[in-house]
Formats: sequence, C-alpha cells, structure tokens
Amino acid sequence: MNYLWSLVTDFGTQLRSLWMVFSHGFRKRDTLQYPEQKVNAPPRYRGRIVLTRDPDGNERCVACNLCAVACPVGCISLQKAESADGRWYPEFFRINFSRCIFCGMCEEACPTTAIQLTPDFELADYKRTSLVYEKEHLLISGPGKYPDYNFYHIAGMAISGKPKGSGQNEAPPIDTKSLLP
Amino acid sequence: MSPELTTILVTVAQGIVILLVAVLVAAYLSWVERRLLAWWQDRYGPNRVGPFGTMQLVADMLKMFFKEDWIPPFADKLTFILAPIVSMSAFMLAFAIIPITPNWFVADLNIGILYFFMLAGLAVYGVLFAGWSSVSKYALLGSLRSTAQSVSYEVFMGLSIMGVVAQAGSFNMIEIVNAQQNIWFIIPQFFGFITFFASGVAVTHRSPFDLPESEAELGAGYHTEYSGMKWGMFFVGEYVGILLVSGLLVTLFLGGWHGPLLPPFVWFMLKISFFIMLFILLRAALPRPRYDQLMSVGWKICLPLTLINLLLTGAIILWQQGGGA
Repeated sequence: MNYLWSLVTDFGTQLRSLWMVFSHGFRKRDTLQYPEQKVNAPPRYRGRIVLTRDPDGNERCVACNLCAVACPVGCISLQKAESADGRWYPEFFRINFSRCIFCGMCEEACPTTAIQLTPDFELADYKRTSLVYEKEHLLISGPGKYPDYNFYHIAGMAISGKPKGSGQNEAPPIDTKSLLP
Repeated sequence: MSPELTTILVTVAQGIVILLVAVLVAAYLSWVERRLLAWWQDRYGPNRVGPFGTMQLVADMLKMFFKEDWIPPFADKLTFILAPIVSMSAFMLAFAIIPITPNWFVADLNIGILYFFMLAGLAVYGVLFAGWSSVSKYALLGSLRSTAQSVSYEVFMGLSIMGVVAQAGSFNMIEIVNAQQNIWFIIPQFFGFITFFASGVAVTHRSPFDLPESEAELGAGYHTEYSGMKWGMFFVGEYVGILLVSGLLVTLFLGGWHGPLLPPFVWFMLKISFFIMLFILLRAALPRPRYDQLMSVGWKICLPLTLINLLLTGAIILWQQGGGA
C-alpha cells in the first residue's frame, strides 16, 4: 500500500514541477536586450580607465609610476616630465587596453586619485593598435569620482606659488634655529 | 484524364504535401523548442534572425550545410551513412497513417497502428547502427541504452493502445477516430493514455527519457561521431518523432479531428500543438532518471498497468455485450 501511495505522490510531484515551470512563462524575463537596451552599470563598475584633473583644472597625475608598478599585466607606460613651476606630469601616458584586465589595481595605487576606472565598457574595436590609448584619449576634463580632492593643496610638496606649509591643515614650517635659547 | 488517374494523382500530391509539411514543421520545431524553453526559463531565446527569430532555422541550415561532413576513418562506412537515413525515414514513413482530416491522409491502412509499431521497431536500427558503426565507446554505450530502452518500452507501448483498439474494434486509424465521436478515448482509456505517452517519450528519446544521448555523461550519445547534415538528419528525425507521437496521441486518445464549432483541420492542429508543447515542457521541467529507475518504471509499473487496463477493458466490453457468447 505504501508503494502504491508513493507512486501517486511521485506522479503528483512531477505534475507539480511541470506546472511550476509552465508558470514561469508568465513572469518577467531576466534578459536585457543589450544593444537596444543599454546596461546601467553601477558607478563603481571597473570599465574604461581615465585620467582626471583636479578642481583647478590641472592634471592630477604626478607621474609617480605607482600605477605602472601595480599593474599585473604591465599595460601602463608613462614618462615623467617637470613643468616650470615644479609640478611633475607625465610626458606621455599610454594604456594598452588589449592587455588591460580591468582589475583596478592602478586606481588603488594612485596617490593623487588621477587614474580612475569608469562604468564605460564598450571598448570593442576593429584594430588592435587603436586599443592603445594615449594621454589625449585618457585625459578627461573633470575630477571624476573625487570632486574636491586636490593633491597639491594637501601635500607638503612645494611648487611655485605654494611654498612649504601653506597647504590645508598645514602650519608654516618652524625655523628650528629660532627655538634655541 | 480518367477518374482513376485523377485519384492517383490527388493521393500522390496529398502524400507529398504531408511529407514536406511534416519535415518542414519538424525542422521548425528546433526553433519553437528553443523559444519555448527560453520562455519558461525567463529568457527570450533566438529572437534576432528575422521577425521574432523565425528565420533562425535558415541560419542554422546554412551553417549545417557548410560544416565539414566528417566520417571517422575507423568507422564502418556503409552503416555509418545508413544510420541517419534509417533514423529519419522510419518516423517519416510512419507519418503516412495519421489522418489529419477526414479527407487528408496518405494511407488508409487496415493494419494502421501495427504499421507504426513496425516502423518504431525499425527506428531502433538507426540508433543501433549509429552506435555500432561509430566504433567509439560513448556512441556504443548510448546505442546500447537506446536499444534496451526502446525494446522494453515498445513492449507495453503496444499493449497500452490495445484497449483503444478493442473499444474501437479496428486497427484502422480513421475508424478509431470515428469511434471517438461521442467520447474521446482519453477518458475510458486514461491509463492507456498515460502509458502510451510515457513510452512515446521513451521511443523518441526525448527528455526525461533521453538517456541514449544524455549529454552530461555520454558526450552526445549515439551520434557523438556525427557532424554536418548527417547529424542534422538525426536532429530532424527526433522532431519528426515528436510530431508523429503527438499525432498518434491525438488520433488515438483525443478524438483526432473531432471537436465542436471549428473545422476539423484546426482542431487537429490545436491538439497536436498542445502535445508538442507538452513534450517540450517535459524537457524543461523534469530531470533525467537513473538508468535502473527508467527500466524499473517500464517493467514494474507501466507494463502491469497496461495489462490491468487491457484486462478491465476486455471485461467491460464483454459485460456490455451481454456476458460473452
């Protein structure tokens, strides 16, 4: 009798799963029809890499090379140069996006929040060489994710027009010799 | 033109039309199945080629025709080529007995349903040849499974519709349909319907009885070594099988073309579409059983059920006739 009953219940569970699967026909579909419907990637999505500017409109990058060192696939290359006012800047800045794995290590390594990853992922191209982005392609006109951050206003580094100790939360350097009795 | 010649020509034309439509519909089922599966899995399925993806079949056919049709050097060439032909043509030939409307059928055979069993038996050879000639262990295992499955399920497949035959008093499909004018056989022959449906799924190697080609464990089962259009013929053969079994279920248990208001052709199409949908829903919903479970369901549940069903049907028929002679 138990055997017969289990036959009935087993048959019932099969019918139940048939019904459950069928009922999925009346639910919302999960597919996003991509090229027509655009994907709304979250703000912290790791896509195309950009170089940002500080609130004053100057390049944030100080050509410290930390991003190139942090990059696990070695797709970043740059050359340091120095402007007349003493600021460092990259003479060229090159990212090979056919190598880049979008890990975000460069963004984590950057001391000046210059290099940032953006939610744009549509980088496909017909030529490999056009995936090598130069500074003119990377540099954007805004501050990116950190609108108020300005490295030279915070760091103690002296440049022309900003002597040592005139940054935010900084006191002018003390002439230690004046403290002598 | 003499009236005999006209009759012959009309019959031949009907046969060709039914054959072509059957093959076309079977090929189109590949797209229908993918769309339906996607629909039940909250996806869209192929919807890019043509309106709603209806031209997907053309794209697939083009791809398949241009694929390399490779025969393994170690294969038994003659049987290797023969296998997909047998597999596809057996079910296609069986389509001849299904009456679509009172006037549209290929052959009005007086042995009707027995002809289908003969061809279902022959269809096993397609799979058997494929597995044997491939000289590959997965293909052989797949065809072994398929043979054992088909043989054990055909035993009670025949028995499951003997109740219908006994009630209709004929093997002829048209007479079976006409016998259902008042009540469809699905009601008095409910257990016959259930078992015939199960064995129909098993004979066409459809999921959940697709152990001969279970892709998780056997590569692609008996057609592992096939490519190009030969593989395509196995594929179309499977869909022709679905169409055939759905058609048989409609004619034997759901009253064929009978139905109120709508014309016979529409009723037949509605019923057959329902069963095709059910076949695909089974694939979408049910997991594949273990091989011993498959066998024990066949021999220990379905076979006794059909025998009891046949016994009761016979008893009731005798009782209605006034207690035997």
